[in-house]
Amino acid sequence: MDSFIQQLINGITLGGIYALIALGYTMVYGVIQLINFAHGEFFAAGGYVGVIFLSFFTGLGYMETHPILCLTASFALAMMYCAYLAIGVEKIAYKPLRKEARLAALLSALGVSIFLSNGLMLTQGVYDKAYPSELFQGGFSFGIITIGYLQVLIVCLTGALLVALNLLVFKTKIGMAMRATAQDKTMSALVAIGSNKIISLTFGIGAGLAAAAGIMVGLYYGSVRYDMGFLPGIKAFSAAVLGGIGNITGAMLGGLIIGMVEIFGAGYISGEYKDVFAFIILIGVLYFKPTGIMGENIDDTRV
Amino acid sequence: MIQEFKKIWKQYAITMLWLLGLLWPLLGIHPDGTLSFKQTVNVWSYIFAGTFICFIFYIINKSGNFEFFTKPVVNTSQKLGDIVQAMPSWIWKSALLIGAIIYPILTGRYPTDVVINVLLYICLGLGLYVVVGLAGMLDLGHIAFYGVGAYTYAILNVQYGIGFWVCFPLAGLTACIAGCIVGYPTLRMRGDYLAIVTLGFGEIVRIILNNWMSLTNGPNGILGVKTIGILRPVMENGLTFEIFWVKKLEYFYYFALALAILTIIAVTRINFSRIGRALEAIREDETAAELMGVNTFYYKLLAYAMGAVFAGFAGALFAARMKFVSPESFTFLESVMVLSMVVLGGMSSIPGIILGVIALIVLPEVFRELESYRMLVFGLTMIIMMLFRPSGLIAAKRKKMMETKS
Repeated sequence: MDSFIQQLINGITLGGIYALIALGYTMVYGVIQLINFAHGEFFAAGGYVGVIFLSFFTGLGYMETHPILCLTASFALAMMYCAYLAIGVEKIAYKPLRKEARLAALLSALGVSIFLSNGLMLTQGVYDKAYPSELFQGGFSFGIITIGYLQVLIVCLTGALLVALNLLVFKTKIGMAMRATAQDKTMSALVAIGSNKIISLTFGIGAGLAAAAGIMVGLYYGSVRYDMGFLPGIKAFSAAVLGGIGNITGAMLGGLIIGMVEIFGAGYISGEYKDVFAFIILIGVLYFKPTGIMGENIDDTRV
Repeated sequence: MIQEFKKIWKQYAITMLWLLGLLWPLLGIHPDGTLSFKQTVNVWSYIFAGTFICFIFYIINKSGNFEFFTKPVVNTSQKLGDIVQAMPSWIWKSALLIGAIIYPILTGRYPTDVVINVLLYICLGLGLYVVVGLAGMLDLGHIAFYGVGAYTYAILNVQYGIGFWVCFPLAGLTACIAGCIVGYPTLRMRGDYLAIVTLGFGEIVRIILNNWMSLTNGPNGILGVKTIGILRPVMENGLTFEIFWVKKLEYFYYFALALAILTIIAVTRINFSRIGRALEAIREDETAAELMGVNTFYYKLLAYAMGAVFAGFAGALFAARMKFVSPESFTFLESVMVLSMVVLGGMSSIPGIILGVIALIVLPEVFRELESYRMLVFGLTMIIMMLFRPSGLIAAKRKKMMETKS
């Protein structure tokens, strides 16, 4: 039982991270119906920029005096960097293809993904890059169960970001514009919503969330690697599909479920095959209920 | 010239500044708390110089200042094309064949090795062509069938001692079965979802190969796979046969060549048959094809299985040549490489794919010292091809043929 609760906590931590990545997929898909293959690379880039800034601050010596400030600054800078990266990628590689066949955009996205991960490798090296690890050692313990401070931080931060995103999308004018663009680009253009700006914004927000997830993964596992974006990217995509692609609440839910399944699958079934569970869920969902848990009816063009 | 292209110049300048902003945090911020600009500016200026030259060429070409050069070239190439068309096709086909046959005699071991690689990838690429080019289904897990074929031969050979010629069709068969197993649940989906699911299946196959220790020996791979053996007649004491192991690379080359030629013939026949037309109808509009009486699911499954069979054959040959298989050879990046060959050459033309394979195998061998930039260039090529020439280097010929025939 104790180990069950421990696994549950680990599952929530991992699920939160997947949920953050899945949001980017689902938002982009909602607006321009494109699977952004490069999204996993935004996540990896976020992890890298996070470690760059954190170790920069450590080198300057601010880390000992103002740890919270440095961490906040690193998060903010990495998220901004990835948003900047994603907007650039969208303008160069996706925007000219918006009216072309969908296969072209998908292949272009695949090319961007390969390009970015190799760009990271060439600039940052092939080997793992370690996070400054003296942060957040230890945790609360109740009997056998331990909750690391880091896990608390990850869960709180994820929750805060998810709430903030929900507020942005459902309560503000910008969010309303985003939803309108997702529903009908022509009509929203008629009521003076610039779809190009909204699409850029969507890419930026999605990549920013992925970057936050990247730093969290880096802190949690202690290091980042240039190709770390691939598997979490696919799993987060499975989460987005599971929740119903295009649906923001669905993506959060899907992320949590995928995280839980992975942790429990690894704990109780087989650790070696833990990467397979997400794929099996993905295939199962697409086969039996392609709309996902919370998806609306999707027409022929989407599936 | 400046005025006309004002907008493009502006976009170009913004792009380069944007790139500088992206590069600097990665190269200029150091963990010891210092900032530097030199390296960033260095790298950036290389990129700037390279893209600037391409950009200038692009603009001159667009504004028509190259016509003095391009016009004669286009004319002569058209004339050459006419001459080639006028020649009966067997002439240049047999010339190519003779060239391919004497190739290993003329060159050394290393060029032969490279060309064997090219031939294997031609089989893979043409298999993928049936799936992606003809049927329009984006398959990101194609390399899994290559892996299934290779492992079929390796396991049967090492554990049960079965020879190549029995295993070769079996490798195709297992790959076909794997293709049907994967295809049956997935082919109801379309477009993007199909891409992701095939990617998932490809990864599942790799993970299974990696973890099923008792069968596949896990990440260590299977060692000691026997090469191809053929019976050779010997004229001592009457006619007897002895087993001749194809160990020399030059001999092996001919088997790869034979397989590649068979694949090319088979895929060409598929292309211009009823099946090929049905698949193209599905690619253009699945709903319309179904209304016209094409059994879309059946044909899609058929295309998928055929692609898998070619990959399986190539896989068996790969195992026989390397004498070693490990999951490392069947990663997602390999799938992407095959896909970029197909995309680069032209998604729906067979000569284009052969050209794409040659370009993507031979060019990296020539520029060996730039090895680490290889995948970067692959990614970039894919984006640029999609942006500027989505139909590939050699576009499909079908439309032209239809027009001339009718």
